[in-house]
Amino acid sequence: MKFAVIVFPGSNCDRDMYHAAKEVLGEEADLVWYQNSNLEDYDAILLPGGFSYGDYLRSGAVAATSNVMNQVREHAEKGKPVLGVCNGFQVLTESGLLPGALMRNKNLSFMCHQEELVVENNETMFTTDYEKGEIVRFPIAHGEGNYFCDEETLAELKANNQIVFTYKNNPNGSALDIAGIINKEGNVLGMMPHPERAVETLLGSDDGVRLFESVIKNWRQTYVTNA
Amino acid sequence: MLQTREWSPEQIEEKKIYQEMGLSDQEYDMIKNILKRRPNFTETGIFSVMWSEHCSYKTSKPLLKKFPTKAPNVLQGPGEGAGVIDIGDNQAVVFKVESHNHPSAVEPYQGAATGVGGIIRDIFSMGARPIVSMNSLRFGNLNNERTKYLFTEVVNGIAGYGNCVGVPTVGGEVQFDDSYEENPLVNAMSIGLIHHDDIQKGLAKGIGNTILYAGPPTGRDGIHGATFASDDLGEDAAKDRPSVQVGDPFMEKLIIEACLEVIHSDALVGMQDMGAAGLTSSASEMASKAGTGLEMNLDQVPQRELNMTAYEMMLSESQERMLLCVKRGREQEIIDIFEKYGLNAVPVGEVIEEKVFRIKHLGEVVADIPVDSLADDAPVFHMPSTEAKYFQDFQKMENTVPEVADHKDMLKQLLQQPTIASKEWVYDQYDSMVQTNTVVAPGSDAAVIRIKGHDKALAITTDCNSRYIYLDPETGGKIAVAEAARNIVCSGAKPLGLTDGLNFGNPSNPEIFWQMEKSVEGMSAACTALETPVISGNVSLYNQSKGKSIFPTPVVGMVGLHESLEHITPSFFQQAGDLVYVIGEADAEFGGSELQNVLQGKYEGKAPFIDLDVEARRQKQLLEAIKAGVVVSAHDLAEGGLGVALAESTFGEKGLGAKVELTGEATVELFSETQSRFIVTVKPEHKEKFESTVEDASAIGMVTNNQTLQVLVNGAEVVNENVEELEKLWKGAIPCLLKSKA
Amino acid sequence: MKKVTVYVTLKAGVLDPQGKAIQESLNSLGYEEVKDARVGKVIELNVEDGPDLDARIKEMCDKLLANPVMEDYHFEVEEADKA
Repeated sequence: MKFAVIVFPGSNCDRDMYHAAKEVLGEEADLVWYQNSNLEDYDAILLPGGFSYGDYLRSGAVAATSNVMNQVREHAEKGKPVLGVCNGFQVLTESGLLPGALMRNKNLSFMCHQEELVVENNETMFTTDYEKGEIVRFPIAHGEGNYFCDEETLAELKANNQIVFTYKNNPNGSALDIAGIINKEGNVLGMMPHPERAVETLLGSDDGVRLFESVIKNWRQTYVTNA
Repeated sequence: MLQTREWSPEQIEEKKIYQEMGLSDQEYDMIKNILKRRPNFTETGIFSVMWSEHCSYKTSKPLLKKFPTKAPNVLQGPGEGAGVIDIGDNQAVVFKVESHNHPSAVEPYQGAATGVGGIIRDIFSMGARPIVSMNSLRFGNLNNERTKYLFTEVVNGIAGYGNCVGVPTVGGEVQFDDSYEENPLVNAMSIGLIHHDDIQKGLAKGIGNTILYAGPPTGRDGIHGATFASDDLGEDAAKDRPSVQVGDPFMEKLIIEACLEVIHSDALVGMQDMGAAGLTSSASEMASKAGTGLEMNLDQVPQRELNMTAYEMMLSESQERMLLCVKRGREQEIIDIFEKYGLNAVPVGEVIEEKVFRIKHLGEVVADIPVDSLADDAPVFHMPSTEAKYFQDFQKMENTVPEVADHKDMLKQLLQQPTIASKEWVYDQYDSMVQTNTVVAPGSDAAVIRIKGHDKALAITTDCNSRYIYLDPETGGKIAVAEAARNIVCSGAKPLGLTDGLNFGNPSNPEIFWQMEKSVEGMSAACTALETPVISGNVSLYNQSKGKSIFPTPVVGMVGLHESLEHITPSFFQQAGDLVYVIGEADAEFGGSELQNVLQGKYEGKAPFIDLDVEARRQKQLLEAIKAGVVVSAHDLAEGGLGVALAESTFGEKGLGAKVELTGEATVELFSETQSRFIVTVKPEHKEKFESTVEDASAIGMVTNNQTLQVLVNGAEVVNENVEELEKLWKGAIPCLLKSKA
Repeated sequence: MKKVTVYVTLKAGVLDPQGKAIQESLNSLGYEEVKDARVGKVIELNVEDGPDLDARIKEMCDKLLANPVMEDYHFEVEEADKA
């Protein structure tokens, strides 16, 4: 499987995402600079964390207007997987690929530590290797991860089972303890916690490995076995 | 605020304008001798910043020469942007600490942020990718509202810059003492990783080669920051606000990526960041080090503001700017790389044979100075030194044991002292995990960073107990280095070398200069004994307010190497049933201790004694035991002594406790700060092997799973406390102090 | 040339912890009369005049300057200083 890690000016988890996909999971992966890029050859797109454009104006807002996001949108429309983590999640909401917005943490501080998450939906292409209701440990590292949307959207997210991960102990004030959501079609996942930082026990957790493995397995089943 | 109105050379001399810029009469005369004429306004400014302590080390140079700086693995010692030490596999580690004290006192957020940005630039301008940031912070008493503000904003500034730039901040130290009330210390350390072949030097070599300016345009920010940093912090410091620079970490991130791409081009000759004294110091140093001259045309320098003068451009400290020397005719290759990242890079000058620093602006030569006179030939002053009166008094005092009525209550009090209490409130705001190498995150003795693709890791710590150094600068200096090495060894690594951040008061006071002299001598002795050369450093003087000097604070930033990932050892207890050992015995040593602070609210007497041979032997044997795989956890004894170290060792999510039996005087056993001591846990099956390796170790008890810390002295129970309760006090102390109203 | 000042504020009802912190801080300084504080942004644009200026500014706000999920905006247009 071939992953594209999109690198915006100011992305800083791009190499970590690449390391996880390429060196830990052993898949093909490229760091793709946001300009003059061609995403057609890639099977999955990873939008990494960081501070694209310095998070100036609003986190993810400027990156969301870049040309490469049109290609990401086309890729998503084909049903191919897109994963946005942290700033990548912010870019996805800002570009309208996912509903809602990420506001400043309730306590106004940046926070970085391991958090326990609950796997709310294990039927997505990103989570089939987890048990429903399972507790996993992923690091968080954000100042603006407080998920917000209107009541109607919230009801819709619940009704469609689009809430994929919730925090066990909500650190940032997110509505319904939301840590990660997926689009209705089930191929665009955005989450604040960092699965790519949880792929080696040496660094404290390898619970993120199964997220990548889920994508890889599901992709192989759809595209390779049917080919 | 200094007027930027241009005085004539005659007026500068008559009205002694040079004094406003920080030059003495004697220095002004030296300048006239060098130029064989009066300096003009721009030249006077250039000399004033280059001859400031910050750039020239004019008073500290004679002391810095005492440091051992050489070892077979040192690839680059002091003198370049940062020092470099070999770590095998054609890899090297690059590191340096730098202070940003005065800017942080005036505008704590930007002061701290630009401090982080500046030291990171020193690292990548050597060609290394910055992999870790650390810091060492000192503030006044946290009961003070101003201190709370400074503390909160400094931490915000470090987080704001460090998190955005994508370099993990993996730890550091924060201490609180009254002497820092108006003069906080903000020392930032950056560590980079490099391949030997990529090491860059800031050299302007090759006559005719082009000087490129890269990064954002120059504004009027931070003009005279370098002299500002070398002056007493006046009472009207708040009025100096325009002198503080504003940082843009997003820009820095782009510059890092561009520069690390540029180093692979053979069109690059040399590179240096524009730090203190901006364009002046980077350009003149690059030429001076290369034995060349340099001619620049300021009309080419990108400018953010209108009508900037030569003086302003030469002295601006606008952030995130780099100066490069590039082979003639190949400028475009380098410019293209910067442009990919949306950055400006423009030719502003060239390398010339004549060893002068010549600046043109609007068709005129505005500065023409022999280049070596700015850097190499800057004046050096040998300041008078007098043994401090207070020291003589302290040395006459006997070591006594303070009266402690209730040891468990005292333990609780000590755990809540801001200097000892958990710093989680601080480091939770730092992204400590980006780059996915952080094996041991903040909160342990040393942070541990693995090197991807190799079976090895780096241990990093910053340390300095300035109370001991105040009481006895020489002994305290030894302890600062020894303690840093202890932390490195506890994590399972061999100490490689250190960078020093020397923060002192006004050196023209002979007692202050004596503090500097003695602490450097003490540090040097410890560096020799522990085989840790000094490879880089920074000097910050005039740290005082209202005539009161800070405690002498020579911060030690030390790096060690784990020769295998297997050697990585946690600081805290891991499993019930493990045996608890303490290495070294306690004496009645309470001078400068946290206990003294709690009981008396001041520090006096003798600093704890240290025997460097004993220190070296214990460190060596402990490391040997760790490498042999017989040590489960290791933690050094520091502020608060064995009592505090035991409590800290039981904290965490594992639900552990400990039962310990000691003999001796309870207050001494629990709270004395005798040096060269460790607390270690060992599996029962490794008892013999451990005891035969570490000769000064005595078994004192066992790790339990009952979440209780139980301490018996001479058979009588003095502490029996719930670990969760203790941990709550320890973790809650700083957030609680920050919330409380004065 | 026109100077356009865009004011971006959090929508009514969206929790504004920064505003709350400011309100509490003002109250603790003795300004008890402060009952609410909301934090927003001001963005100044220098724009060449054109026939559909207002419509284009509105478009800019919707596309980039404000996030309609959580923010409201309004703007003022005046003559730019001839500096």
